[in-house]
This record gives sequence, C-alpha cells and structure tokens, in this order.
Amino acid sequence: MKALVCISNVPDTTTKITFTDNNTQFNTNGVQFILNPYDEIALARAIELTEGNGSVTVINVGEANTEPTIRKALAIGATDAVRINAKPHDAWFVAYQIAQYIKANPFDLILTGRESIDYNGSKVAGMLGELLDIPSVSIIKKLEVNGNEATVEREIEGGKEILTIPLPFVAGTAEGVAEPKIPNMRGIMSARIKPLSVIEPVEVKTFSEIIGYETPAPRGQVKLVPASDPAKLVELLHAEARVI
Amino acid sequence: MPVLIYTENSEGKFKKSTFEAVSYARAIADQNNTSLTAISIGNVSAGELQNIGKYGAEKVLNVSGGKLKDFVNQAYASVIAEAAKKIGADIIVLSNSFSGRGLAPRIGVKLEAGVIDGAVALPEQKDGKFTVKKTAFSGKAFATVELTSANKVIALTPNAYKIVEKGSAAAIEDFSPEVNASDFKAMIKEIVRSTDKVSLPDAEIVVSGGRGLKGPENWGMLEELADVLGAALACSKPVSDADWRPHSEHVGQTGIAVSPNLYIAVGISGAIQHLAGVSSSKVIVVINKDAEAPFFKVADYGIVGDAFEVVPQLIKAIKEYKALA
Ligand SMILES: Cc1cc2nc3c(=O)[nH]c(=O)nc-3n(C[C@H](O)[C@H](O)[C@H](O)COP(=O)(O)OP(=O)(O)OC[C@H]3O[C@@H](n4cnc5c(N)ncnc54)[C@H](O)[C@@H]3O)c2cc1C
Ligand SMILES: Nc1ncnc2c1ncn2[C@@H]1O[C@H](COP(=O)(O)O)[C@@H](O)[C@H]1O
Repeated sequence: MKALVCISNVPDTTTKITFTDNNTQFNTNGVQFILNPYDEIALARAIELTEGNGSVTVINVGEANTEPTIRKALAIGATDAVRINAKPHDAWFVAYQIAQYIKANPFDLILTGRESIDYNGSKVAGMLGELLDIPSVSIIKKLEVNGNEATVEREIEGGKEILTIPLPFVAGTAEGVAEPKIPNMRGIMSARIKPLSVIEPVEVKTFSEIIGYETPAPRGQVKLVPASDPAKLVELLHAEARVI
Repeated sequence: MPVLIYTENSEGKFKKSTFEAVSYARAIADQNNTSLTAISIGNVSAGELQNIGKYGAEKVLNVSGGKLKDFVNQAYASVIAEAAKKIGADIIVLSNSFSGRGLAPRIGVKLEAGVIDGAVALPEQKDGKFTVKKTAFSGKAFATVELTSANKVIALTPNAYKIVEKGSAAAIEDFSPEVNASDFKAMIKEIVRSTDKVSLPDAEIVVSGGRGLKGPENWGMLEELADVLGAALACSKPVSDADWRPHSEHVGQTGIAVSPNLYIAVGISGAIQHLAGVSSSKVIVVINKDAEAPFFKVADYGIVGDAFEVVPQLIKAIKEYKALA
C-alpha cells in the first residue's frame, strides 16, 4: 500500500501568539515551529499500516524553512518526502497543489491531520477528496485497512459512526488513531539521506485572504469565593454572570 | 441572491446549533436584503421542518429518505451544491459541527467558493469587501478573513451566535436532487450513541475534571454536579490517556474545542494546551486546591480548595438554589 501523509509546519503548542504590523502579521520572531500534532498521528498510523508492505510519502506545501519539520517526519519513519515550494496561502491553495501531485502520482490512502493548530480549518482533507472525486472523512478516531477497504470510526456529536470506505480515500486523523512515534537514532541518521524532492507549484486562483488578527479580550481579575461558601458562587453565577 | 442554509438534523430532530445557524443566516440575508432558503436532508417530519421558519427561513427544500437517509458527506455536499445552483444562492451557511466540517470544504470546491470554517461573528460587508471573523491558533486568537470569491461558504461555530426567533411558518417544498452512485462509496455500518445525557460540543454548561480528582472512582460527584446543572462532562488529556474517562470527553488543543456559556474546571491545572480548547467559554469557574494554579489567571470565578470538600457542597448549594427558583 502506498500512503501519502500531508504535513504542516505550525507554531509549537506553547507559543505565545502575538502580531505585528498593526495586527496584520503573525509574529514569527522567536517562535519554534513543529510538525502539526495531528499530522504526527496520521504519520504514525500510516507507518503502522504499511510496515513491511508499502511506503509512506510525506508532502508539505511550504518554503525552504519547513525542511526541519519534513526531516523530522522522515526521521520518524516516512519513506520519502515532497515539498511543494510555495507559501501555503490558504487551505484551497494547499489542497489544490497536493491534488495536482496526487493526480500524477496516485496513492491508496491519503491522510491529513484533523486540523492544523494554527488556522484550525479542518478543510484540506475535504477539499482534497472533492478535487480527486474520492470519499473523505473529516475527523476520525480509528482506522483499520483490510485489503481494498478500510473501516473508520468518525466522531459525531453525542456518539460515533462506524463507516466502511473503499480505497483510495482521504481522512483527517484525531487522537485515538495512533500514538505519535518518537524518532530513534537510526531514524535521525537515515533522515538526512532519504529522498526529499522539491517541486514548483502550479498557478491557481485563491479565494481568501487573512486581513487582520486580534487576541481575545483579557478576562478581568478572577473573583475568589471562599471554599466554605459555595452558595456565594451559585449566587454570582446566577445574578452577576447570568449563566445559571 | 438568496442565502442557503443547510439545516443539519440528528435522528430527525434539529439541534440547537442548527437553529443558531439559521438565525445567523437570516441576519446575513437581512444584511443583503434577500431571502433565506433552507435545505434539509434525511427523514425529518413536517412539524419539525416548520420549526425552521420560526428562525427566519421563508422556504425549506426537503430532501427525504432513500439513499440520502444517512449522512454521507460526498453525497450531501453534491445535494447542497445542487440546491445552491438551483436557487442561485451565493452564500451558503452551515454549522461547523463534526459533519459540517466534512461538508463545507467539499461544497466550497464544487462552487468555487471561499470557505470560512468556525465563524464567530456576522460578516462585515463594506467597501465591496466581505470579511468574517473566525477562531485561530486554537482559541488563542481570532483572524479576520476576506472572501474574494463570488460564492461563499460559512460554517458557524456552535454557541457563538444567539438564536433569534423571527418569522413564522416556512413553505416546505420537496426537492429531488440528481444523485450520483459514485457519491455513496463510504457506507455507514453502525452509529453508536453515547449514553451521555448532554452532548459535549453542543453543551451550554460543561463540568470538567483533571488529574486532581485522583482516579476514575471519584467521577461520581462530577456526574452529579453535571446532572444538577444539565451540563456535559469533559476532562483533561491525562485523564483520558489514563482511561479514567473516554477520549471523546477530552478537551483542549488535541481534543474537542468547546465554547459553552459556563465551563467549570475541577482539579485541572490550566496548561496552555488545555486552555486552547476551553478559553472561548463565556464564563470560567476554577476549583483547585493550589492558589497558584495557572487556570486562575484566565478564570472569572474561583474557589481555592479541596475538590472533595468543595464539589459536594457546591452540589448542595445548587440544589437549594434550584428548589427556590
Ligand atoms: C502537544 C501537546 C498537546 C496537549 N494537548 C492537551 C489537550 O488537548 N488537553 C489537555 O487537557 N492537555 C493537553 N496536553 C497536556 C497538558 O500540557 C497538561 O499536561 C494537562 O492539561 C494537565 O492535566 P491536568 O490539569 O488534569 O493535570 P495536572 O497538571 O497534574 O493538574 C492537576 C491539578 O489538580 C489540582 N489538584 C490536585 N488535587 C486536588 C484536589 N484534591 N482538589 C482540587 N484540586 C486538586 C492540582 O493543584 C493541579 O493544579 C497536551 C500536551 C502536549 C505536549
Ligand atoms: N501547508 C501544508 N502542507 C501540507 N499539508 C498541509 C498543509 N496545511 C495543512 N495541511 C494538512 O491539512 C490538515 C488540515 O489542515 P487545515 O485544513 O489547515 O486545518 C493538516 O493537519 C495537514 O495534514
């Protein structure tokens, strides 16, 4: 089985988010970039599913500064990597570039993370599915492959749905699909020599533009209620906060 | 051009998040002096369909039964896009629910539309620009996105827009879309409903427990607290990692993001990854025995104390309050 895992390069989970240029640019100064945590899950599952009978290609739409993240994915166990040399303008741009690549290089299974932790779009998987005219599932908690068919568990409000889907399809992985893998010494050494091909993007119209950012209004000082008087809390939640 | 709202149902009933999305779509239609048409797919009774009118849709296109009885996003996306073309809608609204997240990008591609996922406010339309505010950086910020395409798809974050009752009965019209057999490759084998009384992503009140509760055997008091408040239960990541609670209850950066009116955190330290999933809650209450716990910095109300003493007393106080109310 040939698996493709789409990986994004995102600010570390503990990053303090700030903006510059009158709140129009994300301030990357001093920010550590990492492999998107959900993509680590996708990668781990793809490696498990192809062990001994297949390969895992990772693909990223990004400029040269994403290469450390791509090398990390190779160190974890991907077979080879592709970087489409462009700024990831938005989900549509990213999905369009990756779909072009897949049309020329077919895969049996295409995995993304459920969302990237920077823009939290959850869009690339569905857009890829539509562009390739194959099924997509946006957020999955479990993935088994049996021959030409997969069984996936999808999260729904108040429960879960179990689906069967013929290969090829696209799925966005969430917690539960696999435990992320930590690269070992051999992986780190071999990552340096594994193939990473860089290809140029195709031209495509884009439909969206981020024009500004804001941070949530800071909450006021916490109001402390003595542990001996929870009734006071109930009163505040009712009369002041009006939430009960 | 009219606005189209996809009204998602769960077992034939519309959810609160659906009515929020209808109210939101109505407001967008008003901004543009146009009408609002809804599309419902699946087996929904005429009485239930009428409810959509109450929130401002003039017309409901009803696609019932058959192969479209169950949600298959590829097929539903085709139907919604077809309906949009039929009525000439250029703005398509839906809820950013689990299913909505599967649909919005597919509809976007079909209609060559820019897609906003997780909108938190009404669009602003001025100087020929159409912009929408959405969450970004896992709740740590908002981004304002301009849609430059003629068609637009907007998925509204649950609990971000208030339901407005405006309107009366909707005209119901049967709609029989073309269905393409190749849209049904994915097949639902089983739907497992959790026994939770309130579903977490839709809940208005969430009671959440962390490692401070010591073990799964201590969740009884949180269940009772949730029960008296009509709340859903949630937990921190280490709690679900240790199998004290199911993964579906884990909130935060890598779990579910919630934005209830009230979030009560018990025995949770308030790590940045936890806050990422809960910081857009309207009111946050923290119960923690450590006055230095970082969660207090983002809380509105707090009790510094031992959960095992505070929670039972809090339950008692709420019961007394409910008895009076
Ligand atoms: C990539 C990444 C992603 C992550 N994603 C998530 C995520 O999505 N969600 C998430 O929750 N975490 C996530 N984490 C983990 C996160 O960093 C924290 O480790 C976690 O949130 C801590 O859980 P906790 O607050 O329950 O436990 P702890 O940090 O151990 O805190 C327990 C708290 O309970 C209090 N306490 C103890 N006893 C009592 C008592 N008797 N009464 C009252 N209070 C008491 C303590 O004072 C303490 O504040 C992630 C971490 C990483 C690296
Ligand atoms: N620049 C990118 N290059 C490759 N894959 C990406 C990129 N951005 C997002 N993805 C993939 O799409 C998933 C969902 O991203 P999003 O739709 O942006 O939330 C991520 O988890 C990745 O798997």
